[in-house]
Amino acid sequence: MKNFLKIILLIFLFSGFSFSAQAAEKIEYLKTDWSFKGLFGKFDRASLQRGYQVYTEVCSSCHSMKYLSYRNLSEKGGPEFTVEQAKAIAASFEVKDGPNADGDMFTRPGRLSDKFVMPYDNVQAAQAANGGAYPPDMSVLVKARGGGVDYIYSLLQGYEDPPAGVTLDDGVYYNKYMYGNKIKMANQLSDGLVEYTDGTSATVEQMSKDVTTFLMWSAEPHLETRHQMGFKAIVYLIILTILVYFSMKKIWSRIETEV
Amino acid sequence: MSDHEYTPKSKFGKWFNDRLPLLTLANHLTDYPTPKNLNYWWTFGGILTFCLITQIVTGLVLAMHYIAHADMAFDSVEHIMRDVNYGWLIRYIHANGASMFFLAVYIHIFRSLFYGSYKAPREIIWIIGIIIYLLMMAAAFLGYVLPWGQMSFWGATVITNLFSAIPLVGEGIVTWLWGGYSVDNPTLTRFFTLHYLIPFLILGLVVLHIWALHVPGNNNPVGIDIKKPSKDTVPFHPYIVIKDGFALLMFMIVFAFFVFYTPNILGHADNYIEANPLVTPAHIVPEWYLLPFYAILRSVPDKLLGVVAMLSAILILAALPWLDTSKIRSAVFRPLYRQFYWILVADVLILGYVGAMPAEGLYLLVARVATAYYFLHFLVVLPLLGWKEKTLPIPLSITEPILGGSPNLATAKSKESLKN
Repeated sequence: MKNFLKIILLIFLFSGFSFSAQAAEKIEYLKTDWSFKGLFGKFDRASLQRGYQVYTEVCSSCHSMKYLSYRNLSEKGGPEFTVEQAKAIAASFEVKDGPNADGDMFTRPGRLSDKFVMPYDNVQAAQAANGGAYPPDMSVLVKARGGGVDYIYSLLQGYEDPPAGVTLDDGVYYNKYMYGNKIKMANQLSDGLVEYTDGTSATVEQMSKDVTTFLMWSAEPHLETRHQMGFKAIVYLIILTILVYFSMKKIWSRIETEV
Repeated sequence: MSDHEYTPKSKFGKWFNDRLPLLTLANHLTDYPTPKNLNYWWTFGGILTFCLITQIVTGLVLAMHYIAHADMAFDSVEHIMRDVNYGWLIRYIHANGASMFFLAVYIHIFRSLFYGSYKAPREIIWIIGIIIYLLMMAAAFLGYVLPWGQMSFWGATVITNLFSAIPLVGEGIVTWLWGGYSVDNPTLTRFFTLHYLIPFLILGLVVLHIWALHVPGNNNPVGIDIKKPSKDTVPFHPYIVIKDGFALLMFMIVFAFFVFYTPNILGHADNYIEANPLVTPAHIVPEWYLLPFYAILRSVPDKLLGVVAMLSAILILAALPWLDTSKIRSAVFRPLYRQFYWILVADVLILGYVGAMPAEGLYLLVARVATAYYFLHFLVVLPLLGWKEKTLPIPLSITEPILGGSPNLATAKSKESLKN
């Protein structure tokens, strides 16, 4: 038995070591406090609205968000614009519709039921306009990247001059958080790039945080419901478990065996 | 089926039962004499039944909204996540449910290994269990392909390509499986069909598994044959029902935590990128529950032999009742086997870990040693132990360890003194 314990201990030490060796290779992402983390995590409404502003004014010229509709902007648990605001936002976009009774395609102002207007007609057009790189759809981007929100948040602030010895081709930029450090998206954010309607100072850090929060919501639009329901479900289960435990004890008390 | 005759009380009951003895069956299930010393490791049978039903029910709802088409599958999953009422909940239960199912089945299998539940007269229960396990792996793999993300696509490509290792007909089989010359829409639609079929096959086998169990009755931690019904047994209802219920609730708390608070932690981020045949992910890894076998596959340099090794690693379990030559079931009375048992547990965990790592350098070396040991355990250690091991004296009944004269005497006495 003692020998066996030694073996197990060695295995744990070994695996612990290799885990930490791995961790050492990973880059530390920038940290910020996300309001949506934790058991009761909720989105910061104002941050979501600002994040939407950053998305429309900056990101949306290249990145689509094909799974979002304008109606989502006024839905509960999201940026919660008023329905009027969401309608106005939708109407500010030109949407291609048709064919009409004459068989012609036409454009009309957007409605709540429309999906977010895409910056390019297709993937090929997007690639052609961006030096061969396809700007990924951002609807579920946060969930599609290993580091999640921390990764996106860091990447937006991770542009640096390349270290000596690293040469970059035209249209390729250096980012210390990018996988392989080379990224085809140029640095997009600079202080004061957007003018927040709520008067918040638009620092790069603030804009990164807001737009990342917005992306988290777009990837998990039901996050708040999930957290609320989860808490109720688990509390309910715990109470039921305790009740069943005492019932079990009572029933088994007729038998001399312990449960 | 039942050991005693049963006659329904009501006239209609009698009439019905003479024609279809459902009431006799219900009575058998209620009265079924169960060893009273079963510990909580025995509750996972019930938990697994719950897992299967959960997967079938959530799967049915998902199938109502999912579209099995290469161009629409990914979109339809996002539609479920966003616009279907509580679609996110159903999908997260189904996705995490698969992991919970495997967690429970691994505990169930390792419980069987520890207490020798696979030994005579329970070989058929064990072999049906292994078939269920194989089908579970097939269902899980097929299901992982359906969201049509990057890992779905490339996982399907890697696994189906394994068949190309078969000499002469391998390439032909792969083309036949794909329904074309690459993983594409025909592959997706047939995978969906099979993914829908397999759970019902599993359900049928579960019925046989339980039927086969009810013939000899449950094994127990002491591992001895017991008289049924006797002082050593309790009726299934209410004793085992409430105990299984309690354990199931504990399990559900863990399950709920994953579903509501970390629903994506067990999946791979790349599967939220739509499948793209032109871009290969940096690392193609299967779901965590298949990792030990993936490690075995990759530890053999030859493709065909790798596939053979991986399949043997699972199929060798079916021969276990005959590879283990010891007459004593429970590891409690097998001091040497107990140590080898825990080494095997560690070995499988190590295989799982290296299965997630790139197959190179130290990882590959560890994978090879662990693979060799895995087979050594079943092919050499177990047969030899039956001959060499000095087992401890086993008690004559379950009640005996409590009354004295057994290796558990010390614990029994300390319990007694607590009571007095």
